[in-house]
Amino acid sequence: MKKIDSIEELQKMAAQVRRDIVRMVYRVQSGHPGGSLGCADFLTTLYFKVLNHDPANFTMDGKDQDLFFLSNGHISPVWYSVLARSGYFPVEELNTFRFLNSRLQGHPATEEGLPGVRVASGSLGQGMSVAIGAAYAKKLNQDPNLVYTLHGDGELNEGQIWEAALFAPHHKIDNLISVIDRNSQQIDGPTEKVLAMGDIGAKFAAFGWQVISMDGHDLQNIIDTLARAKSMTGQGKPIAIIMHTEMGKGVDYMEGTHEWHGKPPTEPLFERAMAQLPETLGDF
Amino acid sequence: MKKYISTGKKDTRSGFGVGLLELGKKNENVMALCADLTGSLKMNAFEDTFPERFIQTGISEANMIGIAAGLTIGGKIPFTGTFANFSTARVMDQIRQSVAYSGKNVKIAASHAGLTLGEDGATHQSLEDIGMIRMLPHMTVVVPCDYNQTRLATIAVGEMVGPVYLRFGRPSWDIFTPAEDPTFQLGKAQVMTEGTDVTIIACGHMVWLSLQAAEQLEAEGISAEVINMHTIKPLDEAAIVASARKTGCVVTAEEHNRYGGLGDAVAQVLGRQLPTPQEYVAVNDTFGESGTPMELMKKYGLDTPDIVAAAKRVVGRK
Repeated sequence: MKKIDSIEELQKMAAQVRRDIVRMVYRVQSGHPGGSLGCADFLTTLYFKVLNHDPANFTMDGKDQDLFFLSNGHISPVWYSVLARSGYFPVEELNTFRFLNSRLQGHPATEEGLPGVRVASGSLGQGMSVAIGAAYAKKLNQDPNLVYTLHGDGELNEGQIWEAALFAPHHKIDNLISVIDRNSQQIDGPTEKVLAMGDIGAKFAAFGWQVISMDGHDLQNIIDTLARAKSMTGQGKPIAIIMHTEMGKGVDYMEGTHEWHGKPPTEPLFERAMAQLPETLGDF
Repeated sequence: MKKYISTGKKDTRSGFGVGLLELGKKNENVMALCADLTGSLKMNAFEDTFPERFIQTGISEANMIGIAAGLTIGGKIPFTGTFANFSTARVMDQIRQSVAYSGKNVKIAASHAGLTLGEDGATHQSLEDIGMIRMLPHMTVVVPCDYNQTRLATIAVGEMVGPVYLRFGRPSWDIFTPAEDPTFQLGKAQVMTEGTDVTIIACGHMVWLSLQAAEQLEAEGISAEVINMHTIKPLDEAAIVASARKTGCVVTAEEHNRYGGLGDAVAQVLGRQLPTPQEYVAVNDTFGESGTPMELMKKYGLDTPDIVAAAKRVVGRK
């Protein structure tokens, strides 16, 4: 796949992805815009600049390619937009998000055969384990490509995450880069109020991971941090990136609050969002 | 009536261990994962022979199921190993989302199922697992009847594509099927004895007890047809209906709660296709307790005399 190298072009793509997110959620009056907007810069950069992948010829095994697993499956709008715009399926299909007979299920699934998705997610906390299995298989298959995951900070409440976090360093899963979306919000409120996660980086470090942090809205910082993370692979330890983001980034009334975690905008608010999100590359 | 002779006793889990090793030798993609019960699952031989294809996950079953799902993405054929309870109830959502819904080629090998786990007591005696896994779309559920069949079943599930729940047990149990058995095919019921008065459909350890019951019934002039329903999903509906049509009544026998297991699977087929009197030999919606395997089978109504009594009851209802 042809990569996007300039920051300016990446910004245009991220802007269009944000617009896609809000339009998808508004259209079906259902879905999770907040976390999706917060991860738009990261996923755009990952898919258009960093990943070694072949969107036009998706294979389940992803042999000789990098793999990505979205563990916090509820931010499917951002993933679907990025998948479609990088060529996994037609952009027009974004119109079907969450409607009956769609391949774009509310939470990502393989059942309908949507290219780009390798495992179902949505019930939280399972993606890191699956990614570890896929990374383990890559090692056994002598495939030097990497496995990336994305997790919500609220998702880290789940015990299975910490089972996986314990396993990966013990078994030297050093071809895994796990990104934690530290937006400090979850459905019921601020993470530190619902169930304090405290210093997430220190927790992963204590489990034996290499930990770095990243500004999830600074494209150059995302590029540099992912390059740095890549340079840290193959050293016997997995890598965790604590990615600082703002939930709802790009739509003023959605920013920095859990209110828009899983709620679609009404018509006036939709229009207000559209006025803030320029159509840069053509709507679906 | 065809007579079956016990050629010795071995635990079905050892049949799994031997089958897994054979499968590993045949196919280099076969892997094994275990959550700190390698000895109990008889996975040591595989671990010793293929250390690079064996993954010790520690006591973290949810993570183990997820890793297995991920391994399939890279073309591996992973077998997870732990007790039946920790293979199902503890990880039901992981199996549901990461394995079944995602259509992953994971083989869940569950040992120490049922009451015959014995002295460990109810916390470890899984009596609900068949029901839980049977409810999940895409899953195949296999419950072989003895050591030889567990070995064959292990190889067979490894050679098919799709998620499987393979259930077996801990105690030494009579061996009565041949080491190589061309009549054993996943999804195809085995008619062990042909009979005309009552059909006994059993799985797992209950097949041997059902054959004992059939001999006793024959001595009392009742001709029993014993069916080994080693594959509970997909269920051989044609075999059930054909036998029920012939005998006119059915007993189901399983080392499981009476709700959700083999008995209910059979009842659903009969209800739809050929309403037939049926009696359950199963645990009566209760938890187990500590005891020796046969003490428990007796106390909870799963012994040979219970099958004989159920057969007589159901014959009387025709």
